[in-house]
Amino acid sequence: MLQDFRAEVRQWLEANCPASMRTPTMEEEEVWGGRKEQFKNPESKVWLERMAAKGWTAPEWPKAYGGGGLKPQEALILKEEMQRLGCRPPLLSFGIWMLGPVLLQYGTEEQKKKHLPEIVQGKVRWCQGYSEPAAGSDLASLQTRAELVGDQFIINGSKVWTSYADSSDWIFCLVRTDPNAGKQQGISFMLIDMNQPGVKAEPIRLISGASPFCEVFFSDAKTSKDNLIGPLNGGWQIAKALLTHERQAISEINKKASELPLEIQAKHKLPTRNGQLADEHFRQRLAAWHMDNTAFEWTLEREMSLQKAGHSPGAASSMFKLYGTELNKRKYELMMEVSGFQSLIWEGAGDEKDRQATRDWLRSKGNSIEGGTSEIQLNVIAKRVLGLP
Amino acid sequence: MMNWDMTDEEKLLKVSAANFFREKMPINHLRRIRDTNDPLGFPREAWQDMASLGWTGILIDEDHGGLNFGFRGLGLILEAAGRQLAATPLLSTVAGASRLLQKNANLEQKETLLPAIAAGETIIALAHDEGQHHGQDISTHATLQGGKYVIQGRKSLVLDAALADQILVLARTDQGLGWFLVPHKTQGLQWEHFRLIDGRPAAHLSLQRVEVPASARIGTMKDATASYEDLRNACAVGLATEMLGAATAAFEMTLAYLKERKQFGVAIGTFQALQHRMANLYCELEVSRSVVQRALAALDEDHAKTTVFASLAKGKLNDVMHAVATESIQLHGGIGMTDEHNIGFFLKRSRINNELFGSASFHRDRYAKALEF
Repeated sequence: MLQDFRAEVRQWLEANCPASMRTPTMEEEEVWGGRKEQFKNPESKVWLERMAAKGWTAPEWPKAYGGGGLKPQEALILKEEMQRLGCRPPLLSFGIWMLGPVLLQYGTEEQKKKHLPEIVQGKVRWCQGYSEPAAGSDLASLQTRAELVGDQFIINGSKVWTSYADSSDWIFCLVRTDPNAGKQQGISFMLIDMNQPGVKAEPIRLISGASPFCEVFFSDAKTSKDNLIGPLNGGWQIAKALLTHERQAISEINKKASELPLEIQAKHKLPTRNGQLADEHFRQRLAAWHMDNTAFEWTLEREMSLQKAGHSPGAASSMFKLYGTELNKRKYELMMEVSGFQSLIWEGAGDEKDRQATRDWLRSKGNSIEGGTSEIQLNVIAKRVLGLP
Repeated sequence: MMNWDMTDEEKLLKVSAANFFREKMPINHLRRIRDTNDPLGFPREAWQDMASLGWTGILIDEDHGGLNFGFRGLGLILEAAGRQLAATPLLSTVAGASRLLQKNANLEQKETLLPAIAAGETIIALAHDEGQHHGQDISTHATLQGGKYVIQGRKSLVLDAALADQILVLARTDQGLGWFLVPHKTQGLQWEHFRLIDGRPAAHLSLQRVEVPASARIGTMKDATASYEDLRNACAVGLATEMLGAATAAFEMTLAYLKERKQFGVAIGTFQALQHRMANLYCELEVSRSVVQRALAALDEDHAKTTVFASLAKGKLNDVMHAVATESIQLHGGIGMTDEHNIGFFLKRSRINNELFGSASFHRDRYAKALEF
């Protein structure tokens, strides 16, 4: 059965994946969908449409909502076959990684019917409105207000660190709907169309230069009460469920397929003696990082295998977020040392790739802050896994 | 992708190994060995019990009386032993010698030795290291004279020295390295017995013109460098597996203590500074489990990257067990410094295991070499 499926998938991919979609994705050719998507490479549009028609942009979602309706083993086969052929992901999407799983769990039939197919097809691009200027790690202290007036919520306030808000169509948001209830009790989860006069998105410049992060301002923005997900004032539970998906997404995003392995870069750029890096102290630290990185990848594999056997993912995602982002920071520190003077150049001389590495190094410092800081992850592990009071 | 799940047989073995060591050889067993100055360091009856469970022959093929269950199985036993700090000859005789003999001995040697190991009749100590660190050059030499080998040299830190029936000695010959099986009672073997910091006995060995028949050389005349590498991999992984068990046990003891010990009117486990240290160690233990499992499987598969995986496992566990052991003392506070409390044994064992079969920096170097950087 599964063998037949594999053969079928392989054949379909061979026939339908355009040639340029079988090469590693360049950042400027990434496809995130939505109304503002420009498809810099026209074949990426063809690839998205073909995959979306089969529901394979969201392979495990039910067919009724446009998904592929695949069983987990089948989805794994699809992933393996795509890797084998070197296929690019047809669509990168917060809708698929974060909102979709939450809608499937908490949405009404109408909400699922309305939003999920558009996510699968990449027609609507979503962003996530969680953090606020005064609510970072203490997310539940958020202040953006939504008041129900007739059939509509009126929203006022602002969100920060909203990735890609300026190129998104809709935003899923945590808002305060009861200012008098306890912190966690007065929060609701709702969906807001960004294409309206009351919503404004402004990009934030980081230490690494331009960034996908934005601030989002709501002034008397409106959304129908049908866009409330789950119960009124019951958004905190949904937020927590979504955060687990976000953490897993972050540990995936950090992988850069196009980078040369660090040890190869090091051997190109640093002095060697008898084929080994001559700086023994650096070599030892590189080995330690390499070992931890391999250990981490195996742990992801092992956890996936446990989850298939029915282990719940909950707290494991905190460990992966913590360990993965700290490893990423260590990697870029080593990479900067490998590049030496080259890594110091911001603009002008040198080649583009080295300048990107420097920006990536600076950007990596945010990995252990976004999506719950490392310290928050340590709190979660201590309380939920270790049962400390 | 390797199979990370346990088979039903493995699950059963895991439970019976945990029960065995908890009942027969809890940590206090080690304390008793130290306090009574037990010269052997391990009861021969317990070895018989392990043999009757099939454990001494777990790597040996069925034709020679073994179970042929592999390192994945042996790992479950070693981890359970490590949890109780039980120092058994499983490392030397099973992980080291039985694998070496199974892969390298000639037919006759296999016929005599493998069934005897499987039956629990023969314990074999390993005498390979020289000098103060693992991995130093071998200067002990064996010379063929009139159909006999004459071995001359000095070996460091032989575990199970007083217990072993036979000693597997690594020596340099005209044709590279060779392994020689030397009975414990052979003339010219001089032992210098001592106790390790955790109370276990061990000994240095000097070989003064020790004569053994040519048939004592394991396998053919070919250079044993490759088989030495394989033995180092097998023992490093075996030891890393024990260390995973020990580190997990120390972590659990410490976690329980943080929930029970009160200061300032609250359990000290409520303090975030302590919680974060425990959460970090927890993550390190989780990745440690992955590297140990992967390396055990690699030994069974004779994977092309076994050396990489073995050095990763031992290198990582050296660091992690030591971090857990030192943090455990600190988090126990004053009581952790007393001899009465068992947590100190974990620190001592950690130091010992860090030196045996290669320190953390030794394995980082070996890992980097294997990956050519």
